[in-house]
Amino acid sequence: MRIFFIFLLAGLTLQGCKNETKSELPILGHREPVERQVEGKTVVDTIYQTIEPFSYLNQDSTLVTEKDFNGKIYVADFFFTSCNTICPVMHRNMLNVYEKFKGNPKVKFLSHSIDSKYDVPSKLKKYADKLGIEGTQWEFVHGSSDSIYNVSAKNYLVAAYEDKTDPQGFVHQGWFILVDENKHMRGAYDGTKDDQVEQMVADMQILLNEKKTNEK
Amino acid sequence: MRRRQMRNRILLISFFSFSLFILFESCSSEEQINYQRYYVNGKGLYEQHCQNCHAKDGTGLKSLYPPLTDTSYIQSNKNQLSCIIKYGLNTKIEIAGKEYHAEMPANAQLSDIDIAQLIVYIGNSFGNKIGYYDASEANADLKNCKF
Repeated sequence: MRIFFIFLLAGLTLQGCKNETKSELPILGHREPVERQVEGKTVVDTIYQTIEPFSYLNQDSTLVTEKDFNGKIYVADFFFTSCNTICPVMHRNMLNVYEKFKGNPKVKFLSHSIDSKYDVPSKLKKYADKLGIEGTQWEFVHGSSDSIYNVSAKNYLVAAYEDKTDPQGFVHQGWFILVDENKHMRGAYDGTKDDQVEQMVADMQILLNEKKTNEK
Repeated sequence: MRRRQMRNRILLISFFSFSLFILFESCSSEEQINYQRYYVNGKGLYEQHCQNCHAKDGTGLKSLYPPLTDTSYIQSNKNQLSCIIKYGLNTKIEIAGKEYHAEMPANAQLSDIDIAQLIVYIGNSFGNKIGYYDASEANADLKNCKF
């Protein structure tokens, strides 16, 4: 009986810790203060970095733009289909997250291929099929290498570029970038680490709830 | 007197059987030690060269990367595993009733003993049980690649 109480107490304590996790996510990226005059007083607004407009072809060869992500939260990453280093690990983890939010119209996934020469839409389609992805909730996109490298560095602050000295020909980081419905970056997680991916799932839930309270 | 003879004989027999037992044990334990050495090193090599695609638990990833849990495939292709690891694979294969068009990269830099260690690890994990596989076997198998 006493043991039972000890377990109960431990359980409650752990539960208590769980509830204390942060319930607000910061806005990442650079920011600018902008001054403006309101009724003779100077007011300072902060302009947060947003993801700039983009347009790519997805695995079905249809055009994908930032408009397809309006009113949704999404996770972005950078990969290529023939990669055998971190990409399989990242997409094994991403697949778990995808299955958790499958069918949720408020959640999308955006994987940019950084191998524009080889990963044409038909290759991306094959990859998506093999991964068991249907529909457009998870978009695998193809763009010119310039635009992809530009977007990765400027918009998502992820390093991705060609490197002839690398055995696979590319250098890229395994970040999962969480973007909210206002196209602000709200989190960055190492897509190869289970605990960080778990954290991302929790943070996605926070973003979804945040949206609900904003709507009220 | 007869009793003493009897006792001596029993002592002698038990001594002999005991020493036989020791001899046998030490032989089998040497292979056991080798097996364990290969298995542990193989695990490290697996994490380095295979785990990204084939996963920690050998389940692969959907239809992209085949699992290593098909025990009958591993058992019946035991002598081809060295070739697959060293030279890669670029053909359609059927594993656990599912077709895979694998483009597995080669690992030409791996030595015979590395490959044997990998096979001991993979061949005795994920439900497989092919037992010990020596570096000399890898050397011989690499001369008879079918793929």
